Amino acid sequence: MKEFKTEAITENLHAVLGFIDEQLELFGCPMKPQMQIDIAAEEIFVNIAHYAYAPGTGEATIRVELYSDPSAIEITFIDRGVPYDPLAKPDPDVTLSAKERKIGGLGIFMVKKSMDEVRYEYLDGCNILTIKKGW
Amino acid sequence: MTIESKKDAGRLTLAVTGRLDTSTAPGLEEALKESYDGVTELVFDLQKLEYISSAGLRVLLSSQKTMNKQGSMKVINAREEIMEIFEITGFTDILNIG
Repeated sequence: MKEFKTEAITENLHAVLGFIDEQLELFGCPMKPQMQIDIAAEEIFVNIAHYAYAPGTGEATIRVELYSDPSAIEITFIDRGVPYDPLAKPDPDVTLSAKERKIGGLGIFMVKKSMDEVRYEYLDGCNILTIKKGW
Repeated sequence: MTIESKKDAGRLTLAVTGRLDTSTAPGLEEALKESYDGVTELVFDLQKLEYISSAGLRVLLSSQKTMNKQGSMKVINAREEIMEIFEITGFTDILNIG
């Protein structure tokens, strides 16, 4: 298990993705799942940066576990901000026209659609969101 | 992300290279705001776009909304991985993809 702790601000997004990509590259993850994993990680980290500690800031912990046979990555995002279950939010209606579509709500939907597993729990004052993706 | 723009009368073509994410999407939004004037046909050439997150999708959606009022918008040359994201999110129905 590898762990990365950082202040949850959007300026640190590339450091977070860099940490995840480094692990994925070590395990020979192909380009396409890597992009999907990066997108999911971006959506989750940016959500924490925008909302968890607003209007202040706080820490986010990212834990990565890699599996082989079959190859998969599990990433856990932990923050001590306001309790928030992003999975409880209803999915956006993706059949609406441009005029009717709202700008937003797409991020977590993309996470749910592209990852194999997404779990949320609130434990000991922590929001814990875990995603898993195999390739 | 880099944006290469080409204007030909009312037609504006923007070739977007690299990553369209939370950090770079505001730059594209800014560039668009300054360019909408007099544009009746907006073309996004995504041949060299490698990555798009919801922040990038939001810019494309708001751009589509603006262009619906003053002309048309088209997305061309998107790679397979990017197309898949458009499909998941229903953007294939919203955007005019050529």
